[in-house]
Amino acid sequence: MTTSAVTASGLGKRYGRHWALSECTLSIPAGRVVGLVGPNGAGKSTLIGLMTGLLGPSTGSIEVLGGPAPNSPAQLARIGYVAQGTPTYAGLSVADHLRFGARANPGWDGALAARRIADLGLDPRKKAGRLSGGQRAQLALTLGLAKRPELLILDEPIASLDPLARHEFLQALTAATAERELSIIMSSHLIGDLEDVCDYLVVLAGSRVLLDGPIAELLASHHLVTGRRRDATSLPPGVQVITESHTDRQSTFLVRSTAPIIDETLAADPVDLEQLVLAYMGGTARTTAILEAQR
Amino acid sequence: MIWMTWRQFRPSAIAAAAALLVLAAALAATRPALLSLYTSAGLAACHTGCGTDASRFITSVQASYTGKVYWAGIGIMYLVPAVIGLFWGAPLIARELDSGTFRLAWSQSVTRARWATVKLGLIGGAAILTVGLTSLLIYWWTSPLFQAASQAGQNALSVSRFSAPLFTTHGIVPLGYAAFAFTLGTAAGLLLRRTIPAMAVTLAVFVAIQVLVPMLVRPHLIPPVQTPAISAVQLGSATIGGGQPSPIQVLGISGQPGAWILGDRAVGAAGQTVTSAPSACESPSISYPDGFSSCLLRHGIKVAVSYQPASRYWELQSAETALYLVLAVGLGGLCYWAVRRRQRAA
Repeated sequence: MTTSAVTASGLGKRYGRHWALSECTLSIPAGRVVGLVGPNGAGKSTLIGLMTGLLGPSTGSIEVLGGPAPNSPAQLARIGYVAQGTPTYAGLSVADHLRFGARANPGWDGALAARRIADLGLDPRKKAGRLSGGQRAQLALTLGLAKRPELLILDEPIASLDPLARHEFLQALTAATAERELSIIMSSHLIGDLEDVCDYLVVLAGSRVLLDGPIAELLASHHLVTGRRRDATSLPPGVQVITESHTDRQSTFLVRSTAPIIDETLAADPVDLEQLVLAYMGGTARTTAILEAQR
Repeated sequence: MIWMTWRQFRPSAIAAAAALLVLAAALAATRPALLSLYTSAGLAACHTGCGTDASRFITSVQASYTGKVYWAGIGIMYLVPAVIGLFWGAPLIARELDSGTFRLAWSQSVTRARWATVKLGLIGGAAILTVGLTSLLIYWWTSPLFQAASQAGQNALSVSRFSAPLFTTHGIVPLGYAAFAFTLGTAAGLLLRRTIPAMAVTLAVFVAIQVLVPMLVRPHLIPPVQTPAISAVQLGSATIGGGQPSPIQVLGISGQPGAWILGDRAVGAAGQTVTSAPSACESPSISYPDGFSSCLLRHGIKVAVSYQPASRYWELQSAETALYLVLAVGLGGLCYWAVRRRQRAA
């Protein structure tokens, strides 16, 4: 078993003059459920395109499961991919999709696919074009899971689903990780979707990776610090200020610090994931506005 | 991948098979009328020297509705490759790109190169097969007509088989068109990423090529034979007509029955091009065409002709088929290359 799901070094992708992704250096361990978060246009789909081999890098390099981005049948078989919008063939039936999966993947788990379709209550004869958005997403997920990949990559799989379908989709995903060893990388522009399922976070904004690491560690090393109005420079040493906001009498900082903050003039509160992500991706002004509103 | 390609193509295959059945039924229903004209012209009982009977048969076909069926067959042969390019070629990859299903297809354990090869190979083969079967059906229907035409002599159908409608719809060239139209549609779909614009471009390009190739390329696929300046008398009396701007239009060459005349030029004694006949030859006392020819010769005017001998028919057919197959392979290769290195895919 490889220890690394995705390793990127100086990875960049350019379209003409525009860099969709730049200077991306990452090491995502295997066996994690990774949330890839960022606003629209942050480079999430580009990074996923590079991971799945649908795109080639302009600079730098990427390794997936210790090998190249999939370009051979063997490497393709190790990586499952549920693309944005969960595309399926509208004119083909559910059963046709499963047959396609069976014929196009040597490691196909027909029993798993059949069981999932039965559990979902999908009529195998029904055309994919007549399924609901949630059912189509579940069908796409079934195709991705039943090829028995070591790594499953999902690009905004639940963006277009209603809340119930989102819940069911994420539940299915969690169940799949419980059944066997599987790394998952899932992108979303909504952090709330990922909070319950992910244990590792990558934050992208403006084509750059701003933050990555295990969620538990990230939460433990970030604090929301409040106190009498002061400058960021007056904070204890070793504290990295991510965002700050000030009123006449009070200052609020979202800081990164591995050591606990011991200062009786300051109140340090834990941050939640949403605050953390917004702080990194929103830019100072917007983030502080949100943080203020939340207090 | 083969199964999936077939599964996606199945509705088209069924439609094509149904269309071929309808065509076969229509041809089978009208062929007895053709055969009865064949019999009533006396051709069925004729064994040698059947030219007159054959001409009578052809005239009677032209006068009856079977003549229209014959031309309808030519129309169908024009249409089928275009329809294949539009409805099989253009959507083949465009639809996958447009709907995003290419991401599903390209993330199975099958390389994109294989995906493209199987799609192009199987559907391209089906395109050639479909045109081939259509051609065979129509050939079967028209066979009495062609037999009579060869007995009746040259231009019995009032059009040369080198003429654009006949050359384009007969022999082996339609197979080349099928392959070309299909890959043209596929390439257009791949580059434009949308089915409808790809269909429009395919139609425009295919029609333009079907018009331009017979005019500009086909005559020169093999360098034409160039006669030296010869006397119009030598051309034979049945082979000339009045022409503009040249005083003479060559319709045929004696000893070269069925030749495809590509160009003629009236040449004076000094080798200069002559654009009008001497007024003496235009006199009402000069008989036409024999007296006219002799008159031109008396005034030192000869004619140089370039032509393709009738014997080159199959050589020209092969050359044009090869040309289209090369274009098809080129476009197919372009598709293969573009799918393999597609960079804006994600």
